[in-house]
Amino acid sequence: MLRTISSRISRRFYTTSRYETYHGGAIKTYYNPTLTGLSPSENEFREAVWEFSARVVKPKVDEIERGGSYSALMELHKEIAGMGLHGLTVPAKNLGLELGYTHHLLAMEALSYSSASLALSYGAHSNLCVNQLSRWGSEAQKSEWLPGLLDGRYLGALAMSESGAGSDVLGCMKTVAKKVDGGYLLNGNKFWITNGPKADVFIVYAKDVVEHGAKQTYTTFLVPRTTPGFTTGKPLDKFGMRGSPTCELIFTDVFLPPSSILGDSQHHGAKVLMSGLDLERLVLSGGPLGIMQAAYDTALEYVHQREQFGVRVGTIGSMQAKIADMYTKLNTARAFVYSVARAVDHHTQEAAPGYPVFQRRDCAAAILYATDKAIEVALECMQCLGGNGYINEYPAARYLADARLYAVGAGTQEVRRWLIGREVNSDFE
Amino acid sequence: MRPSTTRLLNILVPVKRAVDYAVKIRVNPQQTGVDLNVKHSMNPFDEIAIEEAVRIRERLPKGSEPVTITALTIGPPKSVETLRTALAMGADAAFHVELPETAPAPEPLGVAKAVQAIIEKQQNSVDMVILGKQSIDDDLGQTGQMLAGLLDWGQATYASKVDLDLDQKNAVITREIDGGLEQVCVKFPLIVTTDLRLNEPRYASLPNIMKAKKKPVTKLTPADLGVSFKPQMEVIKVTEPPKRVGGTKVESVDELVEKLKAAGFTAVS
Repeated sequence: MLRTISSRISRRFYTTSRYETYHGGAIKTYYNPTLTGLSPSENEFREAVWEFSARVVKPKVDEIERGGSYSALMELHKEIAGMGLHGLTVPAKNLGLELGYTHHLLAMEALSYSSASLALSYGAHSNLCVNQLSRWGSEAQKSEWLPGLLDGRYLGALAMSESGAGSDVLGCMKTVAKKVDGGYLLNGNKFWITNGPKADVFIVYAKDVVEHGAKQTYTTFLVPRTTPGFTTGKPLDKFGMRGSPTCELIFTDVFLPPSSILGDSQHHGAKVLMSGLDLERLVLSGGPLGIMQAAYDTALEYVHQREQFGVRVGTIGSMQAKIADMYTKLNTARAFVYSVARAVDHHTQEAAPGYPVFQRRDCAAAILYATDKAIEVALECMQCLGGNGYINEYPAARYLADARLYAVGAGTQEVRRWLIGREVNSDFE
Repeated sequence: MRPSTTRLLNILVPVKRAVDYAVKIRVNPQQTGVDLNVKHSMNPFDEIAIEEAVRIRERLPKGSEPVTITALTIGPPKSVETLRTALAMGADAAFHVELPETAPAPEPLGVAKAVQAIIEKQQNSVDMVILGKQSIDDDLGQTGQMLAGLLDWGQATYASKVDLDLDQKNAVITREIDGGLEQVCVKFPLIVTTDLRLNEPRYASLPNIMKAKKKPVTKLTPADLGVSFKPQMEVIKVTEPPKRVGGTKVESVDELVEKLKAAGFTAVS
């Protein structure tokens, strides 16, 4: 009794720094903007994309999750185009906004806060497909595909994994491009392809036919959906990210002219693939960050509304500890990921000749850490909601299922750890 | 004497930076107002005003006279953010009447006089001023009406629909009033204040936000306009509304009638 009176008195007279912010009337968040180290213009950008996420994406979350014909997703794809988010890292001469990977990360986080499924499809389109095309495509390919990909007419996808080729994507790849008269014949299957059921154009990695004993090389192709011999399987029934369409791709004697080869990537597909993965890891780190903030906000609001034993459960010690851990994990993950993004953007501008443009170990570490923490925070959010966390009307289950994807999507945690170790060890070679 | 129809349509939209509508406000410890250390954004009715100006431009048939939309705000240096939002939504240029950080919030009469001064500075080329019907911080709802009075212009307040006739140089406006909807026809130049159902404001797209950075913002001081913002009102006390006290449940209609009689209510014959 005395404790509650005194806490009420102290609240009246001491100023708290309230971190709740509101966006577009639909989002109330406890995102801590004082720790981000963002410049004023980056912050302005961040507020603009959160506003967009609140006003345009949040109202459609249930429709997105239902999947079905993915019509909600495709409509939002166009709205996102109108906002200018598809070409964030594309140069202005190709109609992009020529901003940094920090901006792309911020956009990914804001969208993921409202709908992780939508954000995943957005990431696959705007980074995996659009950014790779922008970096490696020929001018002809860019002028043919970029306008439509940027203004929302086309949806893009990228295909490297196969049912037998996951972590060892290059070693186990079976999709092969055989040189024939006038072009190439593509045969094989790709699996777990985000946007597969709805995409109009695909960046496909295939292995070349090489002589016995020679080094295996790979080539990257741009394959439109309409190419004869190319079909897609039905959407996969997934545990989470249920609003993001995923499926198998089947190539049966698909003829591709030489102009389909992405830029100069003939026989250099491995380099294109690997460098793309680094930036993919960085940008997609926004996915778990957004989910984590949503999970934290949900848990925090709930434990201050739910009363048991005459008090708000958030004031009980064991729950306070949970909130503290969630808060710390969320903000450390974000601080690290933002730092990596900042470093990548600076190095992209200032790289000295001979030095790597960015550090692979840091991009891998960013998504490794953010994913682990997101799954922990989402699990704890479900616990904070008690029995209600187990009911699908509450978002906790969705946060957990969506966060879980990142432990295997865009690479596995095991591969990320292996890669960081290898990179660090190579300093000693 | 109104200029000929071949001149561009000049719309002025004053906007205000106010506490964001979604914020849960708390009375400050001194009981002189609310805690202002919270998120601010453009007054929602002013967003509707900018949106209407942009839609007027978009609704005009192609090839008709161009429309210039000028935004204007009166406030501390931070208020320029609100102007950037207006520019990103489609305004072409903006005025910022800058007040010191510590100055008290401007009042409707001061604002109206400032807007009048700016209109006079523009050599009376402004055809239309669109304002929010009220701002959500003080809910005073006087600025539009005062401005119309000072300028001696026609006004249509609480607009839920605006249709311009550029040949006739007038506007037919539907107003939301207590009795329903009222249609008025007002000659140019005119004042319009916006009500909630007039339109749904667009969110600023990133390309437009970036373009807005290049649009001109002209800074002015109250002295430039010859206007004083000295407060005419003094806030004596601000408190939260009394907490709602629970009612009681009754078991039957008879009990309800008993309680009403006891409280002094009598039947109407």
